[in-house]
This record gives sequence, structure tokens and C-alpha cells, in this order.
Amino acid sequence: MIRAWLFVGIIVCSTVLGDVLQALEMKRHGEVRFSGGRLARAARELVRRRYLFLAIFFMAVSFFAFMKLLTIADLSFAVPATAGSFVLETILARLVLGERINVRRWAGAGLVAFGVALLAA
Amino acid sequence: MSDEQQRIGLKTRILTLVVVLSNVFGNSALNAGMRQRPNFTFTPLSVVATIFTPWVGIGILLLILWLLSRMALLSWADLSYVLPVTSIGYVLSAVSGRIFFAEHVTWQRWMGTLLISAGMMLVGSTKPNTTEERYDREHVPAIGGGA
Repeated sequence: MIRAWLFVGIIVCSTVLGDVLQALEMKRHGEVRFSGGRLARAARELVRRRYLFLAIFFMAVSFFAFMKLLTIADLSFAVPATAGSFVLETILARLVLGERINVRRWAGAGLVAFGVALLAA
Repeated sequence: MSDEQQRIGLKTRILTLVVVLSNVFGNSALNAGMRQRPNFTFTPLSVVATIFTPWVGIGILLLILWLLSRMALLSWADLSYVLPVTSIGYVLSAVSGRIFFAEHVTWQRWMGTLLISAGMMLVGSTKPNTTEERYDREHVPAIGGGA
């Protein structure tokens, strides 16, 4: 079980880094549109963004750690346990991305933390 | 509600559905594939051989769709909004584990999963984008265009 939680830790850290960097670059880019040639133009613009590649690297680390976790733990444990990244990401969304986190968002983050604690029980 | 808000609302709901379904089915396919490879290691040969097994391959394709659709969603919605609105995936994954893989899901795990989803849905009831003014858009789409 300790081994499973070690992989959960790796997944959470790499997911947080990947998501925050990805959100940062996508916010800088602005709304992606799907009509006409806008999607192709957005793709061309996005491949030039360095942090997006770094984000994908961290997501790849998270993905392979998740694959390994699935060989030693149930899916019904693996998926919710890695949701611990949600609390960290909410904090970083406030500090790094400048998102305004109101009481409802913080309360939601608290509920998630309780949920993760229950999974560990 | 303005036309622009309705357009963004509809686009958000459709893309959220794509994000959730591709994630749940992608994870389930990956789980099915990895159960057939209990001796998986991080050596290049093992990784390549695993990626090209049918269920793992399908899982990876669905997770690529998940990645791209989530990137698009993050281009107009907050990270602290996207995470909660896609939370139903946690519940569906637990249900999937119970139905398709006959996994034993204890009441603690069900409660944990439900709390996580409740928390994420609470956050999802807030305004999707709180950073419109903060980011200087290098790409500013025309208002009123197609979704």
C-alpha cells in the first residue's frame, strides 16, 4: 500500500505542475474556436508555446506513473486518490494564475480534501 | 443572459461532456489493458509493447482526446472551475470499476468519491472565468463568431 501511495504522490505533483502550466498558456492564448480555419490557426500558435511542452512532459510523467499504479491498485482507488491534486491546484490557481477563489470554491476544495482522507482510511 | 454568454455556456457544456466521457472510458480501457500486463516495467521494450496492446492503445487515444478537449476548455474557463465541472468522472470511474471489473468498492471509498464530487460541483456553481482582465490576449477572437 505504501508503494501505491508513493505513486499517488508522483502523480499528484506532476499533475499539479502540468495543469497549472497548461492553464497558464491556454489563458495567455485566449478562447479556442472550432469554426473555419480557427482551430488550425490555434494549433499553429499553441505549438510555439514552451510551457505547454513542459506541461505535456509533466502530464506524461503523471500518465506513466498512473499506468504503473493501475498494476498495483484498483481503478476505484487510483482515480479518486489522485484527486488530491485538486486542493493544491486550487491554491496555485489563486497564487500563480490569479484566479479569484471565493468561499464556495474554497469550501469545495475542503470537501475534496475530506474525500481524499476517507479514501486513505 | 446575452447571446455571447449563452454561446459560451453551451460550448462549455458540450466540451465538458467530451472531457468527462473521454476520461472515464480512457481510464477504463487503460485499466483493462494494464490488467493483462501485470509485469509492466519502465524499460523501453516493455513500454512500447504495452502501448501497442489493443486496450491500452484505445485508452491512450481516448486520453489524447481528453487532453486536447481539456486544453480547449482551459482556454476560456478557470482551472479552478474546470476541475470541479469534470468531477462527475470520479463517480463514473468508481461505477465503472464496480461494473466492468467487479472491483470491491468499500463504503469509505464510495463516501470519499461522493464528497470529492460534491466539493467539485460546489466549486462548479461559481463563475467560470475570473481572470478576463488579467491576461493580455495575443489572440482575441471576434465576438459573435461560431462556437
